[in-house]
Amino acid sequence: MTPNEPLLTVRDLVHEFRTTSGIVHAVSGVSFDVIPGETLGIVGETGSGKSTLARAVLQAPRPTSGSVIFRGMDLTRLHGTRLLQARRHLQMVFQDPFGSLDPKWVVRDLVEEPLIAYRAGGRAARRQRVSEVLELVGLDPAAHGRRRPRELSGGQAQRVAIARAIALNPALIICDEPVSSLDVLIQAQVLNLFERLRTELGLSYLFIAHDLALVKQVSDRVAVMYLGKLCEAGPGETVYREPLHPYTRALLDSIPSTDPKDPAAPRASATISGEPPSPVHPPSGCRFRTRCPRAQDICAAEEPAMRELAAGHTVACHFPLVEAARTTARSEEIEETPR
Amino acid sequence: MTEPLLQVENLRVTFTGQGRPVRAVDGVSYRVYPGQTLAIVGESGSGKTVSCRAVMGLLPSAATIAGSARFAGTQLIGLTDDQLRRHRGADVAMVFQDPTRSLNPTMRIGGQIAEAVRAHRPVTKAHAREQAVELLRLVRIPLPERRCTEYPHQLSGGMRQRVMIAIALACRPRLLIADEATTALDVTTQAQIMELLLELQAELRMTLLLISHDLGLAASYADEVIVMYAGRIVEQAPATLLFSRVRMPYTQALLEAIPRLERPAHSPLPVIGGRPPDLSALPTGCSFAPRCRHAADDCRAAGPPLAEHEPGHRWACWHPVSQGGSGGMGPPGKDRKT
Repeated sequence: MTPNEPLLTVRDLVHEFRTTSGIVHAVSGVSFDVIPGETLGIVGETGSGKSTLARAVLQAPRPTSGSVIFRGMDLTRLHGTRLLQARRHLQMVFQDPFGSLDPKWVVRDLVEEPLIAYRAGGRAARRQRVSEVLELVGLDPAAHGRRRPRELSGGQAQRVAIARAIALNPALIICDEPVSSLDVLIQAQVLNLFERLRTELGLSYLFIAHDLALVKQVSDRVAVMYLGKLCEAGPGETVYREPLHPYTRALLDSIPSTDPKDPAAPRASATISGEPPSPVHPPSGCRFRTRCPRAQDICAAEEPAMRELAAGHTVACHFPLVEAARTTARSEEIEETPR
Repeated sequence: MTEPLLQVENLRVTFTGQGRPVRAVDGVSYRVYPGQTLAIVGESGSGKTVSCRAVMGLLPSAATIAGSARFAGTQLIGLTDDQLRRHRGADVAMVFQDPTRSLNPTMRIGGQIAEAVRAHRPVTKAHAREQAVELLRLVRIPLPERRCTEYPHQLSGGMRQRVMIAIALACRPRLLIADEATTALDVTTQAQIMELLLELQAELRMTLLLISHDLGLAASYADEVIVMYAGRIVEQAPATLLFSRVRMPYTQALLEAIPRLERPAHSPLPVIGGRPPDLSALPTGCSFAPRCRHAADDCRAAGPPLAEHEPGHRWACWHPVSQGGSGGMGPPGKDRKT
């Protein structure tokens, strides 16, 4: 594999499931790549389908259609042992560490389990590896190894979940809201741990969360998801400085800042009204149109295609914020000059 | 100066049960003035919620409460449940984090609001129903007549929280306590609910007490901010002052640990080690000293008192963050446009 060849290529991924109220269109044609060593962040609110997307990539459960090519193999076409072997290099870290750790097991056994499942080395080698990865995630094998999950704090339990995920030397880790249940100081420690492991082990991440600031902090590229579709993707800094999609703009404006309140700089504001429609009956055309301040007739009639408006910066919108961004930049230049 | 609406003095809450007593709130004093928005921020276990529930008389019997809490002159600590019930709802109302747990899933929205109305006022059922529709209109719920006939599961999280606010407003309380009321909501919905609360505050001349773990929320919406750590207030100031001239190393650590849009990707977040102390075995001296970069021998010997060191700015620290000269370690601004 050449360095620039994507590690993960997801194309037209669709995941629908039947409920009593109808078919839920949870993921509706999502495409993206993750290149080796890169962190792709996906930000989305409740009901955007981001967690379903994570599971569909892992084939747990299998998506309705689309392809997931990981290290050259299409996971959607693999079964049984071959799927299991392909997935060895693709691990996952979930939001609730306590939910993903068996409460009856001690830490050492929890971390050894994936090694046993994949028959990775003999007993002595496995024990050695357990100590190694516990140290890598900042836990003391002697002090924490014999503890059970309930004897751990939230931050420590998430470190154990991360140790399990890296035990088999994966190439890619899918993180679904991995720090959302932690207090801010512990959250920062775990985020720093993710960064250290990325550089030390050459990992790639697919980092999924609802918090745009947090996603931007850890990601090279950021994709914004709304009601089962990606609406914008690009380098994190660009998406933040020059958002193209009205929904991205609304997300950015809604984030409260710790900047001291200044009459000139308005507080976080609600720039869109209402709430996302049901994924059972998604709107025709652009799915954001029912809440979009820029929506026109065409937005209901025609689904906007994803297009590249700047280097690596793509948007699916009939009326992207390009002009708005330019105008703001100009007016600020004028404001700045006299000083 | 106007009289404070709520005046809490030296509030202490101790939980006794098996094992050592847990001192959840230790000598908390603050005042909330009419029309003000006060935010109490802190991590899990800092005592922010317990201190407010103690005032509201909403703690289990295992809690021993001492100190004073005067609401518009009336002492609340020591009142019987019956006496307190008269104040709850009518004078002070609360909105909690999880609306699904506060709402009855088997009862229509309108009935639940009408019940809250009738709990405090001797009105007819029909009148209470009319009030329910009015209250839903007040919290900007579209088609209030229809919503009244729906059940909680038919509403989104944001709508359910609006219903909770409607119930809280049923008796036009003078003080509304929002305890992590927007924590479970998406950021766009949070912005809508916070805007609604501030509009209602102005409309109904209400006083707001926000309890949150989110410093950004406090900075964005509060007039005055209290930071709690291990059961004590460690810093308090008007929001503009606190976030531009933070003095308590703990507040600074919290501020620096928040991922911010302005930070470059992959930059390490400044973190402090350790965890909040065990409230049943607090260290002598400052509770934050074991984790503090500024800690010296005097911090471990005796805890610094909370005192007003600068006009309007209280902090409890022997070695505060210096704020002289070129702005010090203040947080970067939200300068998306630059």
